[in-house]
Amino acid sequence: MAISRRKFLTSMGAVIGAGTTGTLTKAYGATKTGFKGYPESFGVLHDITRCIGCRKCEQACNDVNKLDKPERPFDDLKVLDQKRRTDEAVYTVVNKFSGTPDVFVKKQCNHCQEPACASACFVKALKKDKTGAVVYDESLCVGCRYCMVACPFNIPAYTYNDPLSPKVTKCTLCLPRIQEGKLPGCVEICPKEALVFGKRKDLIKIAWKRITQSPGHYIEHVYGEHEMGGTSWLYLSGAPFEKVGMREDLGNTPAPELTSGALGTVPIVVGLWPVLLTGVYAISKRKEKIADEERKEAVQKATDLATAEMNKQLSQLKNKLTKEKDTAIKTEVKKALDAAAKKAAEAAKAVEKPLAAEDAADDDTGNEEE
Amino acid sequence: MTKENITAEKQFLTPFNVVAGIILLVGAVITILRFTKGIGAVTNLDNNNPWGLWIGFDLMCGVALAAGGYVTSSACYVFGLKKYHSAVRPAILTAFLGYALVVFALHYDVGRPWRLPYPIFYSQGTSSLLFEVGLCVFLYLTVLFVEWTPAAFEWLGFKKIRAWVVRLTMVLTIFGVVLSTLHQSSLGALFQIAPSKLHPLWYSGYLHVYFFISSMFAGMSMVIFEGTLAHKWLHHKMDETHLAEAEGVVLGFGKAASFVMMGYIGIKLIGLAVDNNWHYLTTGWGLWFLVELVGFVLFPAILYGMGAREKNTTFIRIAAFWTVLGIILNRLNISVIAFNYHLPSADRYVPSFMEVGTTIFIVTIGLVVYKFIATRMPILYEHPDYKEHH
Ligand code: SF4
Ligand code: SF4
Ligand code: SF4
Repeated sequence: MAISRRKFLTSMGAVIGAGTTGTLTKAYGATKTGFKGYPESFGVLHDITRCIGCRKCEQACNDVNKLDKPERPFDDLKVLDQKRRTDEAVYTVVNKFSGTPDVFVKKQCNHCQEPACASACFVKALKKDKTGAVVYDESLCVGCRYCMVACPFNIPAYTYNDPLSPKVTKCTLCLPRIQEGKLPGCVEICPKEALVFGKRKDLIKIAWKRITQSPGHYIEHVYGEHEMGGTSWLYLSGAPFEKVGMREDLGNTPAPELTSGALGTVPIVVGLWPVLLTGVYAISKRKEKIADEERKEAVQKATDLATAEMNKQLSQLKNKLTKEKDTAIKTEVKKALDAAAKKAAEAAKAVEKPLAAEDAADDDTGNEEE
Repeated sequence: MTKENITAEKQFLTPFNVVAGIILLVGAVITILRFTKGIGAVTNLDNNNPWGLWIGFDLMCGVALAAGGYVTSSACYVFGLKKYHSAVRPAILTAFLGYALVVFALHYDVGRPWRLPYPIFYSQGTSSLLFEVGLCVFLYLTVLFVEWTPAAFEWLGFKKIRAWVVRLTMVLTIFGVVLSTLHQSSLGALFQIAPSKLHPLWYSGYLHVYFFISSMFAGMSMVIFEGTLAHKWLHHKMDETHLAEAEGVVLGFGKAASFVMMGYIGIKLIGLAVDNNWHYLTTGWGLWFLVELVGFVLFPAILYGMGAREKNTTFIRIAAFWTVLGIILNRLNISVIAFNYHLPSADRYVPSFMEVGTTIFIVTIGLVVYKFIATRMPILYEHPDYKEHH
């Protein structure tokens, strides 16, 4: 189902009607893996070979989004002499690439299938909607501008000069119009059918049909079919894409996959680190403990040794002392004994003489006792 | 005017205070401009260059250079290298101030700073690496704050609550290492989403690993470098233990840094080989890449190694300063210089004077607060009442 301005089917309103009741407005944040875009989502096919650089799409975009009017009017085609990019007041630009003939390329948000910007946003202010549109919610945006760093097409812009409510700006795929059953502003106005709106999967078929039906007219590549995991906007060109300002070195890896490796380490770090570190801590503690024990043991041994030595010395001293004492006592005893013997002998002699005196002394003591 | 007044005034009008005062004044003017006229009025940022000096230096370098906190506390508490104990407090203080200033600087850079709590409390974009960075930085700042409070409690004499916090040391340290591992690496991984914008010599699927490994030697070098400065200016605030252990810290960290840096060079070369990027080395960007890798990693790594072997702290101190410069160069290369390398020179970003001014302003705030705290609280010395608590 591919529709240009003239062939716009109102029946599509039925399909999209669901959007107004809420199912389509349900948006999904970028998932980490495995998401390949909504199968029924819409997109736009831009056939670069048909574009005449009239800038009508730019004007329509400016109107429907109620953006500031530019200094130079939209019918001033001299503007095309300069390479331009999207900015805070311009959601889409047409650039001219000189050659024979000149090539005109429209540029806006490509509404990636797995948007780098949405996967980068840390508050989910950017989301891939079921319709295919990558929508921005100003009420969440912190203004970190990581989405701008992430976008491989350099699309989002920022209102740097707004001090209080700066915001990211970019093409909305005219989501409000789609929900009303209308075409995006640029598609509706394009006089050359260089823009075709429809379901992305149908647009891919149409694109390849055009390539096969007019051999030599197109480069055999549908830009956006696989780039960065695929985009909702698709491009056909007669000149190599690299020559008309479209990078061919982006690769087909969707943005979320580029960071999934790093994100994947989170559970590992959170799960393993504490265990490892506690282990290391335990080991170092144990080492400390062992060192401590060893130190204690050594001290104990040293003390033991010292005590043993001391004891030995002490006992030796004691022995010596005892010996000395013994001899001393012995001599003393001997002396005493000798002295006692002497005394006894003397006493015996004396006893024999004053016997009477002794008897008297005995009586005295007896009296005292009583 | 009495004599005392005159000396007081003289003490206040030190060269440090005068220069700091002027910078703070200029900073205040830029701040007013930033918040009344918008980011566009003070920066050279544009739609192609959404991140400039404020992210490249204030965030990227700020976080890397504040890695000394987790490196030192894990060396001391987890790996049981108790000889680094006196280096822990200053490292924690620098880390805490570093992270606080990173968050402060972000208030200038993001469009609506009052929404900074959104990613954590209101709308979590879990697929984003910036979400991981934000969450970890927020949690880690809290951890660092708690780790720092014992110094404040000692100063204020709150013994009970201090003892309570000190008991958490181990848990906080492990938590800190986990959080640091995550956000240090995620800062590098931020750029993994833009392979088409970052020059292939710097872009790698291993960016997160590079950032984590380099944060280790960034932290060690910063501890040495900052210690050198502190010795020069705050020598009188240091106690015997600190002075006695300082040389051991310098030698130990110097040796460790030289090992880690050699490992880092190894994985950088492996990265080059995996992506087969050798042919870029002969281009101008290749030369610049070699200036960074050889001039600012290999050279200081060798100097570190020599210093450690010959116990030459001067070598190590020079190497530390050199490495700090190298880290700044690396982070700026990835976030600013080699980012958007493919754009025509007219579209390239060069910071405005006011951006540079803001960055100097924020660094100055850090110095002033560090000085205020280190001259009052037991950071470089142990509080006499709490000596035995290790
Ligand atoms: S082109 Fe850029 S802004 Fe648009 S959806 Fe893709 S990544 Fe997002
Ligand atoms: S600038 Fe806004 S939309 Fe973009 S990533 Fe940051 S918060 Fe999300
Ligand atoms: S309106 Fe159509 S033809 Fe005119 S510039 Fe836009 S895309 Fe090209």
